[in-house]
Amino acid sequence: MPARRRPDHNPGLPLAGPRAGPGTACHRAITLRRCVSFSLYARLARYGFRKHATYVAAALAGAFTNSVFGVLRASILIALWQARPGLAGYDVTAAVTFCFVTQAFIGPMQLLGGGLTLPERIRTGDIALDLVRPAPLQLWLLAEDLGRAAYQLLVRGLPPMLAGAAVFGITTPRDPERWLGVLACVTAGVVVSFAWRYLVCLSVCWLADDRGVMVCSMLLTTLLSGMMVPLTLFPGALGELVRALPWAAMAQAPADVYLGTASAGSALAFQAAWGAALLALGALATRAVRHRVVIQGG
Amino acid sequence: MIETERAGRSFKVRGAVVHAVRDLSFRIEPGEFVGCLGPNGAGKSTTIKMLCGILTPTSGRVRVAGLDPSRARTALARRIGVVFGQRTTLWWDLPLRDSFELVRLLYKVDRKLFAARLDELTEALDLGGFTRTPVRQLSLGQRMRGDLAAALLHDPEVLVLDEPTIGLDVVSKAGIRSFLLRVNAERGTTVLLTTHDLGDVERLCRRVLLIDHGRLAFDGSVGDLMATAPGTATIEEVVTRLYTRGRAAPPPVEPV
Repeated sequence: MPARRRPDHNPGLPLAGPRAGPGTACHRAITLRRCVSFSLYARLARYGFRKHATYVAAALAGAFTNSVFGVLRASILIALWQARPGLAGYDVTAAVTFCFVTQAFIGPMQLLGGGLTLPERIRTGDIALDLVRPAPLQLWLLAEDLGRAAYQLLVRGLPPMLAGAAVFGITTPRDPERWLGVLACVTAGVVVSFAWRYLVCLSVCWLADDRGVMVCSMLLTTLLSGMMVPLTLFPGALGELVRALPWAAMAQAPADVYLGTASAGSALAFQAAWGAALLALGALATRAVRHRVVIQGG
Repeated sequence: MIETERAGRSFKVRGAVVHAVRDLSFRIEPGEFVGCLGPNGAGKSTTIKMLCGILTPTSGRVRVAGLDPSRARTALARRIGVVFGQRTTLWWDLPLRDSFELVRLLYKVDRKLFAARLDELTEALDLGGFTRTPVRQLSLGQRMRGDLAAALLHDPEVLVLDEPTIGLDVVSKAGIRSFLLRVNAERGTTVLLTTHDLGDVERLCRRVLLIDHGRLAFDGSVGDLMATAPGTATIEEVVTRLYTRGRAAPPPVEPV
């Protein structure tokens, strides 16, 4: 019987034995290295970008739809703001700008839901392969989703903005710092959106069918993210509540920074808090999945 | 290398407890080539999932490469390679070699050793013609070879295969089989495979485990397996006998 070598391609690997279990020095070293393996996640983001870049026609069709609906939405908002000038602290131009900025967010932040293949993988049992990998599932998918978002920001984000600028005229931030702030807030918004969608997807493990939760999630997100109307329109305590919920971190917060009605710092703090909370919840849910779920199929 | 001790796994399905695997005890030494047989629903895949750390046993103990799979899953993943014949780890929309590159980063394999290993696998599995092809355009045989390469790039000590030859034509099957024999002989990699293809068992496995109703129903060499039935029986007949013990066997189908 051939004797087994030490895995010499990677001297860092622990040998089997009592020193290799969790909580030991070896295990901690591995966990630490796992945290700093930035190149893996950078590569995943790149693959996420390229994977979506293979479906150019779909992205362009999405961009066209987002632009057309942007024009419709803007027309309604213009009528509203002409009847009630200064409503919610916006003038007509700000309202129109808000409309097209949030239209541009639909793709990258997947405000209509979806974007993750997880429910399909759970249903078919392919999730088993994801669970074998020595990398945290949530972080893996987040990296991939950020790549997807970057692609969709370019292909589905720019056209509605250009359409808005051409048809109605929209304002743009003048100084580069504000642009940086907008970019940071958009990224944070994608993270919050991912964390929320990840939780929605994992619910399939318990429900076996995702259509119901998907519809609920879509309703909540379209209504409460600011994609339909600015959240500043909601009156009183309801408005306070709506603006403090995680969905507000997706479209409203970055749009506010774009319009200059909120500082990038406070918006980022709000987004970071929700991002951290939802990701933590996602990590807990992933652990529960590991322990509970029946992995479907042979 | 692989050891289970009265391992069991039960699931709650609508309040009722279903025992997918119970009291499973076996031991596989380093360098062995073991086939795992059993009727559909016997508990083979559940066993494999416990060995990979995807499922936690509800009773008993499982050790792979000296580690408890469910607790040291990450450490274990670096030391085992897993292929599920009906699924793929490869990136559907990207060229095959991009998936390999990800494996390198995931398992932190040194660049030089990775290149050497990839060359070796490209030659052994004849991947040369399609490493730049998006995975969705590969045939099933090509994809399976790609999946095998991806599972072996980090040079694991144990290779676990769940129906690796499912759906493949005779030529592709033969290619995969001779490759697996080579991996086992040259690198001393311990191989455990589940299959419904008795040709796999006859040509590859020195030892057979037969799981039925979640229990170990047979453990021995292919010769021992054949000896469970009267002299002239083919391996198909032998296995049918074992699968249908205590049940009525389906009537034999005569060739037309």
